[in-house]
Amino acid sequence: MSINATLIGELIAFIVFVWFCMKFVWPPLNDAIEARQKKIIDGLAASDRAAKDLELAQEKATAQLKEAKAEAAGIVDAAKKREAKIVEEAAEKAEAEKAKIIAAGYAEIENERNQVKEELRKQVAVLAIAGAERILERSIDAAEHSDILDKLVAEL
Amino acid sequence: MAEEVTLSGHIQHHLTNAKMCSTDSGLAFNKACSDSGFWTWHIDTLAWSIGLGLLFLWIFRRAANKATIGVPGKFQCFIEMIIDFVGDNVNKTFQGKSTLIAPLALTIFVWVFLMNLMDLIPVDFLPAFAGFVGETAFGMDSHDVYMKIVPTTDINLTAALAVGVFLLMVGYSIKIKGLSGFIKELTLHPFSTDNKLAMVFLIPCNLLLETIALIAKPFSLALRLFGNLYAGELIFILIGAVGLMQLPLHFVWAVFHILVIVLQAFVFMMLTIVYLSMASSDNH
Repeated sequence: MSINATLIGELIAFIVFVWFCMKFVWPPLNDAIEARQKKIIDGLAASDRAAKDLELAQEKATAQLKEAKAEAAGIVDAAKKREAKIVEEAAEKAEAEKAKIIAAGYAEIENERNQVKEELRKQVAVLAIAGAERILERSIDAAEHSDILDKLVAEL
Repeated sequence: MAEEVTLSGHIQHHLTNAKMCSTDSGLAFNKACSDSGFWTWHIDTLAWSIGLGLLFLWIFRRAANKATIGVPGKFQCFIEMIIDFVGDNVNKTFQGKSTLIAPLALTIFVWVFLMNLMDLIPVDFLPAFAGFVGETAFGMDSHDVYMKIVPTTDINLTAALAVGVFLLMVGYSIKIKGLSGFIKELTLHPFSTDNKLAMVFLIPCNLLLETIALIAKPFSLALRLFGNLYAGELIFILIGAVGLMQLPLHFVWAVFHILVIVLQAFVFMMLTIVYLSMASSDNH
C-alpha cells in the first residue's frame, strides 16, 4: 500500500500510452469523423441546392410550356386567318378569270358572227347578182352598175 | 476466533499486491520484499494495468486503421462515439488549442475505465486461479501467491496518473505564462498590494497558499480514484465472505459499482481537462 517503484513504472507506461494515443489513435479517428461531418454537411447543402434547382427548373418548364401554348395558339389563329384570306383571294381570282374567259368568249363569238355575216353578205351579193343576171337575161356591166350593186350589198 | 483470523487473513491476502524486488541474492518476491523499501515493484498492478492499456491501444488502433470516411461499421461507430464524447468534453472545457489534451483525456478515460472494470470480476476468481497456477506449476504455497487484479486500487497507479497530470500542469503553466508568469502566479495571488513593504510579508503567505492549492490537485486526483476503488473492492471482498447471502448483495453492489467505475473514470478525465485548462489560461 505504500508508494514504491511501481509509481515510476506506471508513470512511464502512462506517458507511453498517451504518446501512442496522440500519435496513432486520436488523429486518424478524429480526422475520419471530421471528414465525414464535412461530407455530410456538403451533401446536405448539395441536396438543398438540387431541390432548389429542381423547383426553379419546374417553374421555368411551366413558364415555357405556357409560352409555347400561347405561341401555338397564335400560330393556329394566324394560319386560320391566312387560310380564309387565301380562299377569299382564290375565289376573287377565279371570279375575275371567269369574267375574263366569258368576255373573251363573247368577243370571239361576236368576231366569228361578224365574219360569217360578211361572208354571207358577199355570197348574198353574188347570189343577188346572179339572180339579177338571170332575171335580166343579160349580162350587166359590172362596172356600169357597180353603184347599184354596192347599194345592194350595203342593204344586205 | 480462529475464523476471524482466517477472515481478516483472507481480506489481507486480497488486499496485498504481488511484489518483486531485487535483493543481494537476485530477484525476490512477495514476503521476501517486505523490507525492500522504495525499490519494490507491484508486478500484478504493472501487468494488469499495462495489459489493459495495451488492450485499449490495440482496440482503438484497430479502429483507427480501419476508419473510413464513408458509412462506418458498428465497431467504428462505437469507437467514434467514445472519441466524440471525449472530444466534446475537451472542446467545451479546454480553452485554447492543444493536440495533447484530447488524446490524454481519451487515454485516461478508457484506461481507467478498463482498470476499474476489473472490479466487476468476482473477487476470488483470478486470485484463486493464480494461486492454483502457482501451486501446481511453481510449487508455491497458494497463500503466498498474491494477485490484486484492479490496478486502480493500488495507490501507486493512481499516483502515477496524478503525477503525470501534475507534470503537464506545471509544463503548460510555464509554456503558456512563462517561468516568471508561473512564479508570479504562485507569489502575487491571492493577496496583493501596491505597498512594497507589505508585499514582502504577503509573498510567503501567497506562496504557501498557492503551492498548497497546486499540490492539492494531484493529491485529490490520486486519492479520489484510489479511495473509491479501494473501498469498492474492500466491500466486494467483505460481501464475498458472508456465505450464500452474498449473491443478492453482490448483485446490488455490482450494479451500483457499474455507475461508480464509469463515473470515476469520467471524473478523473474531466478534472484533468479542467486542471490543464486552468494551468494554460492566464486569467487568475
